[in-house]
Amino acid sequence: MDATALLLSRIQFGFTISFHIIFPAFTIGLAAWLTVLEALHLYTGRKVYQTLFEFWLKIFGIAFGLGVVSGVVMGFQFGTNWSELSRMSGPIQGPLLSYETFTAFMLEASFFGILVFGRRRVPPLFYLFAAAMVALGTTLSAFWIMINNSWMQVPVGYVVQNGVFVPDDWLKIIFNEVAMVRFAHMLLAAYLSSAFCVAATGAWYMLRKIYLDEARIMLRAGLFLAAVVVPVQLVFGHLVGDYVHKHQPVKFAAIEARWHDEQPAGEVIIGWPDEATESNLYEIKIPVLGSIVASSSLTSKEVGLTSFPAQDRPPVLIPFLTFRVMVGCGLLMLALAWIGSWRIVRHTIDQSRWLLRAILLSFPLPFIATLAGWYTAEVGRQPWVVYGVLRTAKAMTPFLTTSAAATTLILFAAVYAFIFSFGIYHIYVLLRTGPGGSLSAVPAAATPNRPMSLADPKSVSSRKPQSSR
Amino acid sequence: MVTFWVTLLAVSILIYLLLDGFDLGVGILFLLPNSEPRRLAMLGAVAPFWDGNETWLVVTGVILWGAFPIVYATVLSAFYIPVILMLLGLILRGVAFEFRNRSDQTRWIWTCSFGLGSLLASFMQGVMVGGLVQGLPVVDGRYAGGIFGWLSTFPLLCGVGLCLGYSLLGACWLVRKRGGAVRDIARRQLKFLAIGVFIFLVLVFLHALLNHLPILHRWIDRPYLFVFPAISAVAACVLASSILKQNDYLPFLMVSLIFASAFGTLAVSFWPYMVPFAITIDEAASPHASLAFMFWGEGLFIFPLLLVYVATGFRVFRGKFVASRGHY
Repeated sequence: MDATALLLSRIQFGFTISFHIIFPAFTIGLAAWLTVLEALHLYTGRKVYQTLFEFWLKIFGIAFGLGVVSGVVMGFQFGTNWSELSRMSGPIQGPLLSYETFTAFMLEASFFGILVFGRRRVPPLFYLFAAAMVALGTTLSAFWIMINNSWMQVPVGYVVQNGVFVPDDWLKIIFNEVAMVRFAHMLLAAYLSSAFCVAATGAWYMLRKIYLDEARIMLRAGLFLAAVVVPVQLVFGHLVGDYVHKHQPVKFAAIEARWHDEQPAGEVIIGWPDEATESNLYEIKIPVLGSIVASSSLTSKEVGLTSFPAQDRPPVLIPFLTFRVMVGCGLLMLALAWIGSWRIVRHTIDQSRWLLRAILLSFPLPFIATLAGWYTAEVGRQPWVVYGVLRTAKAMTPFLTTSAAATTLILFAAVYAFIFSFGIYHIYVLLRTGPGGSLSAVPAAATPNRPMSLADPKSVSSRKPQSSR
Repeated sequence: MVTFWVTLLAVSILIYLLLDGFDLGVGILFLLPNSEPRRLAMLGAVAPFWDGNETWLVVTGVILWGAFPIVYATVLSAFYIPVILMLLGLILRGVAFEFRNRSDQTRWIWTCSFGLGSLLASFMQGVMVGGLVQGLPVVDGRYAGGIFGWLSTFPLLCGVGLCLGYSLLGACWLVRKRGGAVRDIARRQLKFLAIGVFIFLVLVFLHALLNHLPILHRWIDRPYLFVFPAISAVAACVLASSILKQNDYLPFLMVSLIFASAFGTLAVSFWPYMVPFAITIDEAASPHASLAFMFWGEGLFIFPLLLVYVATGFRVFRGKFVASRGHY
């Protein structure tokens, strides 16, 4: 086993999945937003909701397409770089991911086609139903992914036979508390991503004094939703912290940069964990708060990193920092959402250009928070790939060499940088242009199998199926 | 249960071969010099299908991991470089469909990306099939050949062969789906490609004979295997006559039939091995609890739905596509 190849494989997995997660995080919430828009359109009969629906459907198309393209890679990387993991956990992770693929295809692909073509061909209520099914599809996709990842965090419902994880209780694997809490946490994160993108778009138009009707609706919907969701998200974040505290104490200690057992424990607000000296540089620490955060108690004893053997400890610096970045983004979002909502209620939001600018610039926050949260969870799980059972070093393809891993990592980086910059540029152009354009003029070439074509300015070709031959 | 999943796996692979085969093939033909309107007509002929076609690769991948994890782990890691190059090729060609229409100055980039991506993905798939047929070095149920253990003449030959085969399938698809100049050019290519594939098959056979590939013994043990080449021979005759008669409809069916029988040949000569002469189906299969869990949901209900979905998609877009004037 080659240590550099291991590091490169981890970076490659982290890199490809980080690129991937951005798009699902966006589309899960966007699908729900589309459903709400369509429902409002049906309920109120106002044209502006349909305009918004058509507009966001185009953006959904590109983001969904990029999510699909980058997702294909994930299904194969377990086998290429982590052959020992896929051999051992295949009987559990394989079926979970196969359900992800199957349910997502079933719901997303077929009902997305109806969204694209069906406006005039199906009854309005069925059209709304199709939007809801696409939203359900993206949600279920996230559900299976979270079940799969939660099993790697807290493996349950299995026995080991001949070096293979054999499932013996699927209900426990699927419906355990850890998985449910983390699923909710991820789902809310996805809703926040969409809420902030929608609100930022509204703020952008309001600053440019265009599409004011649409801008008001987007600002209101995005900020109100965020104003409610951010506090709920903080509660779920706390619940996720509880599972870490209970099941992964060493990860918890790393996140808190707590090197030694403390009673009552302090909370390191900021600092620079130094693994060489097993202490924190530039530390600012609040006494007792650590016990309150961890155990809701003023006196509890909290365990420190040095209580665990060095080979079982995760890296400290990354989880410590990424966790703080995540919480920091969350608090910023809370402030923006509440101030913005208050201004909307007072009808003064359009008078404050600084606030609109801040909202416009805030759209990366939920994505940064999502990625930072995932880094906390995944890096904090080290040195295990299946927590407590299988070490990451033992999970790698044994014969993988540094040069092979480096080559593929460079290729992935080059290709992704290339295509995703084009993709994001096209989303940017669509957003800048705004919902004006031609309403409900779906290009003839747009097809359910080809979601991105929905946003074509000019379609590949218009084709009319003729009688055969 | 094991039989059920091995059948579903085989069906998924075959669907993938035929469906993504023609659109990868059109991608390879895209590299030949051509005019812009014809290029657009070629893209248009596969645009509604390619994404759905590629999903079958993912379906194949997850069935393999869930139902036969040992094969998934062994094959994907053994073919580390080919698998990743294939994935990158698929990404490059996939996004080209979308980005090509949005770009004017950078269009040539996406033309190359579509053509070369398709070529790369097809070649790597051929290499993997060839590597499997030749046999992977497996010790104690684990691949033991290193990063380049698959690299030798035969797999590379198969890579070229699959590119030719996919191009042939792609040309048949264009003949079937398009009219005018695009069809006429494809008809001409069809002849050369068909002859090319035939020469390739002869080469492969000779190579297998000369190198005493163990898979050849299967033909002696299992004479009923000759049914497949017989089907292919009949299909090849019909193909030749339909090319001469300028029939637009039959060539695609016949080439599909040849592909299907080639796949059948391999599947039956591998049986009961999944990785030839190293890992059998039963050794590779997941525990019953995993197979049953997959069966009662996705196997019994969702898989048939996917088949219906594909059939519907092809029905909606059946017949020849006609490009409307000035829409490019």
